[in-house]
Amino acid sequence: MEIPYTVKPRPDTGIYNAKVGIWLFLASEVMLFGGLFSAYVLLRVGADEGYWPHGWLDVRLGTLNTVLLALSAITTLLAWVACKVGQFGRFKFFHACTIVLALTFLGVKMYEYHDKWIHYEIKLKDGRFADGHMIASDDTSVTIEGRYVTDEKALYDLRSQGPIPRDEIKISRSDILSMENYGPWHNTFLALYFTLTGLHALHILGGTLVIGYLWGPGSRMWKKDPERFTNRIEVSGLFWHFVDLVWIFLFPVLYLT
Amino acid sequence: MSDSHPVDFKSYLQRCIFIFVGVLCAIGLMIYISYLPPHYSWAFKVALILCVASINAFLVAGFLMHLLSEKKLIYTLLVFTVFFFVGLMGLTLYAMQDFPMGTMMH
Repeated sequence: MEIPYTVKPRPDTGIYNAKVGIWLFLASEVMLFGGLFSAYVLLRVGADEGYWPHGWLDVRLGTLNTVLLALSAITTLLAWVACKVGQFGRFKFFHACTIVLALTFLGVKMYEYHDKWIHYEIKLKDGRFADGHMIASDDTSVTIEGRYVTDEKALYDLRSQGPIPRDEIKISRSDILSMENYGPWHNTFLALYFTLTGLHALHILGGTLVIGYLWGPGSRMWKKDPERFTNRIEVSGLFWHFVDLVWIFLFPVLYLT
Repeated sequence: MSDSHPVDFKSYLQRCIFIFVGVLCAIGLMIYISYLPPHYSWAFKVALILCVASINAFLVAGFLMHLLSEKKLIYTLLVFTVFFFVGLMGLTLYAMQDFPMGTMMH
């Protein structure tokens, strides 16, 4: 049995079924990310004075990723336009650009995650804190590239402090009270950061897989049913633009405020 | 993305360049606002940044997703989505002063 209205619009809605489907899906996605954003707002506004991190994320990398996603949204649209005007070669080029940009985005995100993973806050027995990136660790000592602080609050607002010193510090394990890396368990901000950006990165990965399929084996449909193939590109493009939209709000909320 | 209009690659390319430049300007503006001196309040900066982000989102949704020229059914669907999203955020703000006793906030 043939699936109806995969190419031609339904007479009552004026659009083909897959498009209604993707918009319904995107509506549910708005609520999914909306719930997480509302959690962010609630916890951010309710945070104790001076205990919400500022400047913990690299604005340069966030900006780079924002530009990469914006560019990929453009190439996705141009890939669809190329299909519409029957230029399959151009479609291949623009979709390949989208895949490369998406993978670069994920690469930058992985670098940022790794940076947090090797970043440690070490509470010392003399009441001070050592904060920095792990260089070496053995049974007797830990070596980090970072700094000592006496007031815990100095670890939260990095923006107002100017350049942060990064000296090589060797700490004996017997002097350490506790140590923890900047993973999602470290504090509320990082829990939200990893949840929001992790879920977003999963969407990027999923979208890349779909776009990759349509660029590769899925593009065989172009020969036998170009209109239906174009609709598939449109639907995947709508998802991709939504992912870009989410990042448009994630970037300022996490990196700039 | 609309399928009811004839498509011209060159005009789309021009539109895309225009939108990309707009998005870049918005990104630059948001970063600039976030580095305004401390005598501007945090709430003021956040409000301004979110306004610019909304304009940025409008460029993407309106032009790249063709929401400015979509069918009535899509608008109806989005009206429902906006209603529930606003309700969600409204309830969040309503609950702002309603933390359970002893909640760790950092």
